[in-house]
Amino acid sequence: MDYKYRPIGAQTVDYKLRAAAISRTGELLLGRRCWFVSSSVGKIGIFVSTTGSNSSPQIRQQQGSAMPFGNTHNQMKMKYTSEQEYPDLSKHNNHMAKVLTPAMYERLRSKQTPSGFTLDDVIQTGVDNPGHPFIMTVGCVAGDEETYEVFKELLDPVIQDRHGGYKPTDKHKTDLNPANLKGGDDLDSNYVLSSRVRTGRSVCGFCLPPHCSRGERRAVEKLSIEALASLTGDLKGKYYALKNMTDAEQQQLIDDHFLFDKPVSPLLLASGMGRDWPDARGIWHNDTKTFLVWVNEEDHLRVISMQKGGNMKEVFNRFCTGLTTIETLFKDRGHAFMWNEHLGYILTCPSNLGTGLRAGVHVKLPNMSKNAKFEEVLKRLRLQKRGTGGVDTAAVGGVFDISNADRLGFSEVELVQMVVDGVKLLVEMEKKLEKGQSIDDLIPAQK
Amino acid sequence: MPFGNTHNNFKLNYKVEEEFPNLSKHNNHMAKVLTKEIYGKLRDKQTPSGYTLDDVIQTGVDNPGHPFIMTVGCVAGDEESYEVFKDLLDPIISDRHGGYKPTDKHKTDLNFENLKGGDDLDPNYVLSSRVRTGRSIKGFTLPPHNSRGERRAVEKLSVEALTSLDGEFKGKYYPLKSMTDAEQDQLINDHFLFDKPVSPLLTCAGMARDWPDARGIWHNDNKTFLVWVNEEDHLRVISMQQGGNMREVFRRFCVGLQKIEAIFKKHNHGFMWNEHLGYILTCPSNLGTGLRGGVHVKLPKLSTHPKFEEILTRLRLQKRGTGGVDTASVGGVFDISNADRLGSSEVDQVQLVVDGVKLMVEMEKKLEKGEAIDSMIPAQK
Repeated sequence: MDYKYRPIGAQTVDYKLRAAAISRTGELLLGRRCWFVSSSVGKIGIFVSTTGSNSSPQIRQQQGSAMPFGNTHNQMKMKYTSEQEYPDLSKHNNHMAKVLTPAMYERLRSKQTPSGFTLDDVIQTGVDNPGHPFIMTVGCVAGDEETYEVFKELLDPVIQDRHGGYKPTDKHKTDLNPANLKGGDDLDSNYVLSSRVRTGRSVCGFCLPPHCSRGERRAVEKLSIEALASLTGDLKGKYYALKNMTDAEQQQLIDDHFLFDKPVSPLLLASGMGRDWPDARGIWHNDTKTFLVWVNEEDHLRVISMQKGGNMKEVFNRFCTGLTTIETLFKDRGHAFMWNEHLGYILTCPSNLGTGLRAGVHVKLPNMSKNAKFEEVLKRLRLQKRGTGGVDTAAVGGVFDISNADRLGFSEVELVQMVVDGVKLLVEMEKKLEKGQSIDDLIPAQK
Repeated sequence: MPFGNTHNNFKLNYKVEEEFPNLSKHNNHMAKVLTKEIYGKLRDKQTPSGYTLDDVIQTGVDNPGHPFIMTVGCVAGDEESYEVFKDLLDPIISDRHGGYKPTDKHKTDLNFENLKGGDDLDPNYVLSSRVRTGRSIKGFTLPPHNSRGERRAVEKLSVEALTSLDGEFKGKYYPLKSMTDAEQDQLINDHFLFDKPVSPLLTCAGMARDWPDARGIWHNDNKTFLVWVNEEDHLRVISMQQGGNMREVFRRFCVGLQKIEAIFKKHNHGFMWNEHLGYILTCPSNLGTGLRGGVHVKLPKLSTHPKFEEILTRLRLQKRGTGGVDTASVGGVFDISNADRLGSSEVDQVQLVVDGVKLMVEMEKKLEKGEAIDSMIPAQK
């Protein structure tokens, strides 16, 4: 084909004419035939025959628009060189800044996912937020399921760095069978004040919170409400949409520590997750207030099982039962959860891939936490500590939030097992220290 | 061409009703004007640089309303936004700018000699005088939309243009990202430093992306002429000094602006301007002259007079606290400036400030002596 003008966004793509890939319309368009051909790189070429052409080579080269059509804004940026567009990361300390290079930026900047998410979209939050004083932030987000594929050159090393050396070829194991958890029903409630397990889920067919439109977000909400409304027994509950919550409902949810507010963290805002607030956001919880789902906050769904005391086994039972029931309900409506065998459950933030699971307790460790070996013990147990206000907070009154540090490369059962065993050990250590005894023989090996 | 904006086309899979924002609790110009019909008509459109309707309105969706002022609730991403989305923006412009019609022509007059008086405002009352405006540079998209490459190109051009100035305009550029602590303290003390926007009106429109990359402050050695680069607009140009000589402030403003414009034009990057909307800026509220000419003036008696607001309205002036928009006045000192931007020229607007402030100071003096000011109440300008 001979194109006189090269359209904006045109790329040169090789198309192989394969019988299976051809959908030949054979329509006459101004006296010419049209073929729609899909290439191995997932693009669709539209060929129009020249008058008088009768050859069909096996491989064609075409300069023309490739579908999905070029993302106009992103294409416009291509007028600037990679150096001109490359972010200044000299003062930055996050995973994205550690991994991104000018050469990588150059290779990835012309790409987009099928829904139009681009490299600059992925990294914007990391550019705008140079670093967090307490924790090494990820600095990038996914806009849809395909982000992890299209931008794997950036995200695989970020994932590897964040998830303890997890390789692009590794397989992740999902295990939501609570019967596989050993023990966990006898954590001493004089020390363990509450137990909680949370995870996130993304719904196939919709873009993720940094990228989704209002229409998509509302569709996710609608599906979620339908699915949750069909839960029964001790999972029976009610949905409270943020935008028409009464003052009384709002106060009750605050008192229950259930209410989530518009994100104020610049980590979330810079990635676009606060758009259109509070449209299509809401909270569902069961009547007994032990199972809770957040809709359209940082992920499509955040699922939380919690209760006072130390019976993590029961919390995990309810978590697994509830989750698998909800997943079936979504599947029945033609929208399964995003999952693949390499990355497990696909979530907005790369730090939550795999299980997306954080299982933890609020536990009194006033003596243990002052012990010189506290950090080392936590590390060996593959646990992390936070204040009781959650991430970014400090401990109050010697009470710590202790949870699993890992997300990817271990199953749900394995992670909750680590919490159960680790907290049991920490409480034993606390008791020893209370009696003035040494804990040296209790220090565990690295798990 | 331009080829479809992938993300925007993707959204067309959803119906208008499904995508239309919930504006039931909103109080801004965009929410007053936008209907499902307009949304349906405009949502598949894009400017040549890919700016879409949802981009235009996002800040207004995210920010339902301001307690003190009626916000605009939409921004432009490039020059063409005002054309491609005129069905939405023309009514907003009309509402915001006193009935300005799509067929109206705007007059630009930066000849300071056309200003009458303005050099004798009483400095016992008028503490300082200031004129500011914004300018957008052709060939680049605007702060809500621009890429790092574009922003840096605007900075580079600006630095070249500004560092070539001499005489009273000789000065220095301070990029935000490499400012020393000493420089920063000095700029804060001079009240020159601008910080990363915290107002959600600005951050929701995307203007803070990549901060502080390619942002900076230039000022002349005399500290009377100041340019902000890549904050809410490509350029914000400010002329200011202590006391009441608004004439001198305006002279410097006009001369400096025109020198800068000439340099940009030489590089084939003139300022965005057209005969209908005047100077094109990010926020529709700043179209026309983009000019706010004002004084800090002591009006402790007049400001507590029941006719104060009425007088301001008739004089086509507005009041703010001395911290700028969103602040309250301190010690009876007010920031008094022109209310209009579009439909009158720069000279017209500064004339209104000069004449209006002169009158208000006279009123203040009368009230100090316990005399009435009823005979001085002006007609509507």
